[in-house]
This record gives sequence, structure tokens and C-alpha cells, in this order.
Amino acid sequence: MAQMTMIQAITDALRTELRNDENVLVFGEDVGVNGGVFRATENLQKEFGEERVFDTPLAESGIGGLAVGLSLQGFRPVPEIQFFGFVYEVIDSISGQLARMRYRSGGRYNAPVTIRSPFGGGVHTPELHADSLEGLMAQQPGLKVVIPSTPYDAKGLLISAIRDNDPVIFLEHMKLYRSFRQEVPEEEYSIPLGKADVKREGTDLSIITYGAMVQESIKAAEELAKEGHSVEVVDLRTISPLDIETIIASVEKTGRAIVVQEAQKQAGIAANVVSEITERAILSLDAPVLRVAAPDTVYPFSQAEQVWLPNYKDIIETATKVLKF
Amino acid sequence: MASKTKQFQLDVEEQFRAVAGQFQTFQILNEEGELVNEAAMPDLRDEELQELMRRMVYTRILDQRSISLNRQGRLGFYAPTAGQEASQIASQFALEKEDFILPGYRDVPQIVWHGLPLSQAFLFSRGHFKGNQIPEGVNVISPQIIIGAQYVQAAGVALGMKKRGKKSVAITYTGDGGTSQGDFYEGINFAGAFKAPAIFIVQNNRFAISTPVEVQTAAGTLAQKAVAAGIPGIQVDGMDALAVYVATKEARERAVNGEGPTLIETLTYRYGPHTMAGDDPTRYRTEELDNEWELKDPLVRFRKFLENKGLWSEELENETIEQAKEDIKEAIKVADAEPKQKVTDLISIMHDEMPFNLKEQFEIYKEKESK
Repeated sequence: MAQMTMIQAITDALRTELRNDENVLVFGEDVGVNGGVFRATENLQKEFGEERVFDTPLAESGIGGLAVGLSLQGFRPVPEIQFFGFVYEVIDSISGQLARMRYRSGGRYNAPVTIRSPFGGGVHTPELHADSLEGLMAQQPGLKVVIPSTPYDAKGLLISAIRDNDPVIFLEHMKLYRSFRQEVPEEEYSIPLGKADVKREGTDLSIITYGAMVQESIKAAEELAKEGHSVEVVDLRTISPLDIETIIASVEKTGRAIVVQEAQKQAGIAANVVSEITERAILSLDAPVLRVAAPDTVYPFSQAEQVWLPNYKDIIETATKVLKF
Repeated sequence: MASKTKQFQLDVEEQFRAVAGQFQTFQILNEEGELVNEAAMPDLRDEELQELMRRMVYTRILDQRSISLNRQGRLGFYAPTAGQEASQIASQFALEKEDFILPGYRDVPQIVWHGLPLSQAFLFSRGHFKGNQIPEGVNVISPQIIIGAQYVQAAGVALGMKKRGKKSVAITYTGDGGTSQGDFYEGINFAGAFKAPAIFIVQNNRFAISTPVEVQTAAGTLAQKAVAAGIPGIQVDGMDALAVYVATKEARERAVNGEGPTLIETLTYRYGPHTMAGDDPTRYRTEELDNEWELKDPLVRFRKFLENKGLWSEELENETIEQAKEDIKEAIKVADAEPKQKVTDLISIMHDEMPFNLKEQFEIYKEKESK
């Protein structure tokens, strides 16, 4: 088995599906000759040709429209939005068009589109590169929203996303691209969408999280273990639809939970998870469910991001409150 | 007060004159139905000319009946089409069945003539999803509501056709207001860059709801917007069915020959309101302007042309009108027979596989709707 970074696992997944299905098309800004600004599509144009892996003019709405139109011709488009902060330019194509295709056509047409895009803080990008905008996407019925936290998950989830017959937003945290390697099978495998993964088992507290906060949460759990607390870390992997079963099973076991997200606190995924827990498992709770999230400002200029971004210390602080309640 | 104009080194006035010279209105029949451009006369058989007239008359009746059905509460959302028949019907008439239409919300006649059953057009108007459930083999998508969104999608459909090696085109429609949208430019630019077989039609009916075209843009024509995308831009008399037909037919030929997309601006007018939802054109249009445009009427002029050739008569006209009325009556019956749409239908067609939240909500609404 090969050791891969997340970016290598993503390239591997794209290559796997380009090989498996001739209807798969990979396109976007600089994904061809250049292999993408993060090299996610490295060598794919060379291997599969300019018909299947191609550069587009620099216009996100046009890229979204292209995905809609290519779906109508039976293709399985995998466009890249160069940075997810640019998604505002393509919100109509995504939320107004792709997400509604199956419904508005009464099932006559569908949009098997996977939109890949890097996002996430901690790597000193300029404005509108790092923002966590998954909440915007999760608010739109008709879209699945997937955020892997490890190289192994990234490959299996991306393969499932591409094979899915409905639109999937696949968000890749920039900080995770090359932060660590993991054993990733070279052969194909898939991980079902909509299924969370218990990344660390525990009995005293559940940390429910996703994306880059999974690693921070594991670090926090390890620290808390030194003080005798057994902490479970649930990686949502898909934030829409949520894997309620896994979340509730974990909370019913531990009786205490916190929800951690990198995004701002207001109207976020964490709020949604807390609501689901209180609606479904309030009698299992020994303490209120608290959140760890970023403050409700726009994403900060990079000099302030290290404090602004939630980290394992913030998680320990909130976890301790809940454990001591 | 006269002042001496400064002499600039770069003569932008000359640039404007040169652009204006490039975008003359293409016309074949004048307002009197006289052939003013014989060389451009399309190679259509007598029966085809008659069929084109028949479709325009039929569509005028469909418009009149739709308006009155709307007033009776028997139709919902409706955007009147009278005045635009040459732009709509003659452009569709130049297509082949395998061509794909991405319409705006006023472009229901084109998709009906491309194969959408009239009963489904009525269901669309009534807000029933069955109206949008396009039958297999009918190459259209239901009308777009977001102005310009269909332009970027048309580039995608056209690129898909090119990749599939099809000899067909994607054709899309918007209005004068649509050309102000970013998606308008992104669509024509993408299609141009990919040399994709697309036809972009702008039905310039002079008003985007109430906003006149002069307020939309400083551009002298909308056709010239094609220049920036590096594609042909053509302005046609949109009240002249033959001119619209030829412009579309030639655009189609270039597209399937691998020469890329064309932008066609049709100069036309909508006689009615923007939609039947309370728009009052007297707030923004003068009676003089309405009268001026009615003199250019596409049906009147084509009828005169055909009558002079002995190809049209009152009898044919009345037959067409009766046929349209009969078909409309039948289509309304079919639409009436469609079971009412339910929230559970909506939940069922959202996804390929129903996620857990909708499974729960499906049960809740199944219960509510069983009462």
C-alpha cells in the first residue's frame, strides 16, 4: 500500500474515475497543463487528453453552467472551483440550477456533478480563499456536501461523489492537502456518502466535527485522556445529509457532546447538529451540548487567523466545561 | 455654447462608426410583405412556407387563449408572446429535432413546436412538475426563470454535443435585458472559446419589464456584443419570419460545420404585458410606440407575402384558428385530468436516493396528505 498525502489521494481518485467511466470530465481554471494550482489534476490531461481534462475561461458561473449543460448531454462533470471563496460567482449555477435539476424536471434530467474545491484556514491565503462556506451549501436542498479529513477518506469519498447521480460539493481543506501521509490502497474503493466515521472511541464525551477540526479534536482528546477522560471523536465526513444514526448512537453512549466547526458560529452546521441531538436524544444528555466555532466576523486577514481559528486548546476548554457540568 | 473639441490621438468616434457599420438589420420582407432582398430568399417549399405561417397564426391564438384562461384562473404564470412570433417560431423552424432548446420563460411556443405536448405547457403554467417532465426524445429543458442562466448552460450542452460528435446545436433565448447579465457574456464567451455549436438568440423587444433598452446599455446594438466574444453577431428584423429563419439556419450550418456559435439579435416587440401577474405596460410605453410596432406585425406581413403568391387564404387562416382552439381545449382537458401535485411527490423526486431527513418527512407528509 502506498503512503499518500490527501492531494495525492484526490488525484488518484480522479484518475480512477476517469479510467472507469468515459463520461467523467474534469475541467476548471488551470486544471489542464498546469495540473491545478494545488496539483490535484497533475498529469491527468497528459494521461486522458484535452477532451476529458481541460481548462476553461476564467469565469466560475460559466464553469457551473458548463457542468449543467454537459450533464444534459449525459456527461458526469467534475469541475473545480479554484478556491471556494469564489463560489459566490457560481451560486446560481449550483443552488439555483444543479441542485434543482432532478426536481424541476420531474426526474427527467439529473445532474451527476461533483464540484471540487479547496477551502479552509491556516495557510495565509489572501481574502476569500480560506472561508468555510459549507453551511451555505448545506442549506440548499438537493446538494450533498462532503468534507474529508484524511487521505484515505478523501479517495473513497471522492470516488463515491463522482459516481453519485446527484450533485455533490466536495470540499478539500487546504491545510490537510499535504499536512500528513496515510496508507491509501492503490486499487479502487469507495466510502458511502452520508456516513460518519468514529475516528476515536470513547465513553465520557462525544466530539462531533469534520474537516481540519478532526485532527484538532483528536489532539484535544489525547490531552484529555491524560486527565482520565475518555473522549470519542466522530468525523461527520458528509455534512449534508447528516449521519444522524452515528451521531445519536455516540451521544447516547457518552451522554455528553460538543460540536466543533472551523466556520463562524452563526447559523452553521454545528447548530444543526446540536438541534438534531436535542430533538432526538435530550433524555440521554447529562450536560448541555456546546459548540466550538470561529467568531462571527468575516474570515480574518491572515495575520489574525491563528487566534481566530478554533484549535485543540479551545476544544479542551469547552470539553472541560461539559465534562464538569 | 460651442466649444472647440480637443483633438485626441485615438479616434474613438471612428471606432463607433466602424462598429455601427457592421451591424445593419437583416431583412427579407418589408412591412408590406414585399420581397426586398430576393437574393436572401430561403429555399423553402410552398408547403413549408405555409406551415411557417400556420404555426405563427396558431401561436397567436394560443397566446390569446392563454391570456383569457389566465384571467379565468385556469392558467397560472404566463408571459404573453404576441408580436414575437417571427422571432420565436421562425427560429425554431430552422432547427432539426436533435437540436436542444434552452428557453427563457416567454419561449414556451418554441418548445411546444419542438415537441412538448401543449397539455404540459399548461401544467408548467399551473405550477405542476409534470409540466417540466419533458418526454423522451423531445430535446428541450423547461423554461428558465433566472435571466441569463440558460446562456451558460447552452454553452455546456453545445460543448457536450461537440464532444459526442453530434451534428446538432444547442439554441437558447433571452431578451434585451438578459444581455446585461454576466452569464450572457460568460455563455457566449465559453461557447466561442470552445467553438461549441450554439445559437444564442436575443429577442430585443425593447423593454425588460419596464426598462427600455437604452437604459440597459450604451451599445448601439445588442448583436455587437458578440464581437467581444469573437463570434459572429447578427441583427435581424425580428418581425420578418424569413429573415429570422435564414439567420438561424445559417447559424446552425456554421455550428454543425465546426465554426462555432452565433449571436442573433431579433428586433421585435411584445404587444402584451411582461406577464399576466399585474404588469401594466401603459406605465412605461406610449400608445404611439405600440401602434408603430403593430404596423410591423409579423403575421400581417407574412400573410400578405403568401397571399400574393397564392399560398394563403381566409380559409386556411380559419382552419388554423379552429385547429388551435380545438387543440387548446383538448390540452386543457388533459391538464385538468392530471392528479394534484403533492408534497410527497416533491420529496420523492428530489434525489436519486432519499436521504434520512426526507424519509422522515415523507412519512409526515404522507400522513397529512392522506387526510
